[in-house]
Amino acid sequence: MYEKDGEKYFVVDAHTHFWDASPDNWVKGQEEYAKGWIECFHAYQGLGPKETHWPIDRFQKYSEELMMHDLFEVGHVDKAIFQPTNLRQWYTNGFNTTEADGAMAERHPGQFLVNTTFDPREGDAGMKAFEERVKRYGCKGVKLYTAEWRGDSRGWSLKDPEAAKYLEKCEELGVKNVHIHKGPTIWPLDKDAFDVSDVDHVATDFQGLNFIVEHVGLPRIEDFCFMATQERNVYAGLAVVIGGLMHARPKFFAKVMGELMFWIGEDKLIFGADYAIWEPKWQVEGFVDWNMPGDDELSDFAPLTVDQKRKILGLNAARLYDIDVPAELRIKDPENVEPVGVPNS
Amino acid sequence: MTALDDRDVRVRVGAAHAAVWAALGTVRDPELDEPLTDLGFVARCEVSAAGHAVIRLRLPTYFCAPNFAFLMVADAYDAVAGVPGLTGLDIRLDDHFASEVINRGVAARQGFVASFEGEAVDELDTLRYDFVRKAVLAGTDRVCRTLSGTGLNPATLTLGEVPASPDLDRLRARRRELGLPAEDGAPLLLDPATGQPVAPGDAKRHLAFARLTRTSMEANSGVCRGMLRARYSLTEEEEGTG
Repeated sequence: MYEKDGEKYFVVDAHTHFWDASPDNWVKGQEEYAKGWIECFHAYQGLGPKETHWPIDRFQKYSEELMMHDLFEVGHVDKAIFQPTNLRQWYTNGFNTTEADGAMAERHPGQFLVNTTFDPREGDAGMKAFEERVKRYGCKGVKLYTAEWRGDSRGWSLKDPEAAKYLEKCEELGVKNVHIHKGPTIWPLDKDAFDVSDVDHVATDFQGLNFIVEHVGLPRIEDFCFMATQERNVYAGLAVVIGGLMHARPKFFAKVMGELMFWIGEDKLIFGADYAIWEPKWQVEGFVDWNMPGDDELSDFAPLTVDQKRKILGLNAARLYDIDVPAELRIKDPENVEPVGVPNS
Repeated sequence: MTALDDRDVRVRVGAAHAAVWAALGTVRDPELDEPLTDLGFVARCEVSAAGHAVIRLRLPTYFCAPNFAFLMVADAYDAVAGVPGLTGLDIRLDDHFASEVINRGVAARQGFVASFEGEAVDELDTLRYDFVRKAVLAGTDRVCRTLSGTGLNPATLTLGEVPASPDLDRLRARRRELGLPAEDGAPLLLDPATGQPVAPGDAKRHLAFARLTRTSMEANSGVCRGMLRARYSLTEEEEGTG
């Protein structure tokens, strides 16, 4: 819980990781990729305030104690949701697996929710293992990284028929939140890897599931917003927006927040700090302190209210994940608010 | 070599270097619609006394999308190869997971499909034009922003009625690349996918998407610049390495 100026905020960090990218975990022959991946993440950390930058060795592998401290002791987080990314092709024990997250969650009851993942290229055996993980860790969500390399494959699409089978299984098991993380490679490589039209496709087909597009579809915010205006079960994960822009590019942060409020609306924006890329402390505090500047270029956008920030920082995610929010931290008589948008004429 | 010869060589090399740099300045990141030279993507640009050009390109991350990376390296090759008087050209992308494939493919003047054998089914023209259309939308917002407070209504203006500006020139240039009308009598607002004028009743929505597209591209550019700076420990001034 975070309190500022007499206002209290229930904080759900809907995007967190416990990873091991240390050289001991690099697959022989794949070192370049394993190193390239974590260095890329480390450069993202460079977009946060200088005093929150870590040396690369700590960033490659951090302790459980440090994570608990950064999230729950000083980071104002009430509940955190683990989002795994396996990358077993590059990391011997995986980069950030459901199993590693789940073990940590079990050591700290009540503080984490554990999401798992699936990969439609894993076929029937993968399906069985997926079901077992969901039951073992009580998963209510999955995190999908469609750019993951597997053998010679450079990724997959949600439109693949095999993916539909897994999504049907999600519906059956009550795994209702599907987080999608787009990356720079897919097959074939001549297509735009960040295209979100496959999300549009499955959001239409699977009305019982919620689709949370991580980093708001960056670098395709415009395609994402356009798609989200057509699909009522599509949400925006704010990882990278707050962490990557609020400090480094405040003007663009204001514009992007304005667009998200305009097109997506306050009920569908989900905060996630994306630890250990960025610590939640400065993001929560900064976002509560932030407001829309009174700039001509931003004249289409209204300032955010305290209740809107409450929804974004935790109440929206709590709703999707059935997290019990203490009565004094709820909003009295919350209304569903439609985004401003521009209706079709 | 006399002092005079030496000075001649220096002048000639200086001019060649300036021409190569200018050629690189015409190459844009297709996704961001900004020149490589402004983005800091040119890590090294040298021309020897014998007229041999050595260029090294760099990107914000090891995993930047390989299709856009290929386009930039191939476009840079084409642009610099057109500079008169060069005797050789060595142009390479560094520090990228697909550097070897891209450098080999571009040097051999192969297309994308041949370079990424089995991993691609088509060349990159469709991808490129999709992003020029985005650049047209973003450019429309830039031009229309300058009209606020002038009493001019973007929905009914032609390009010739818009006050001249670098943003207007850039918008016209992008429209020409797509074969869209760019002359004075052409409407300011048109659908970049079809070339059809935007009906006045749809102008508000069109302009809102134009604004959104510009925000998206500029935010991406901001992230890319920040990442490049973090990756290579650059200051803001060092981005444009001459």
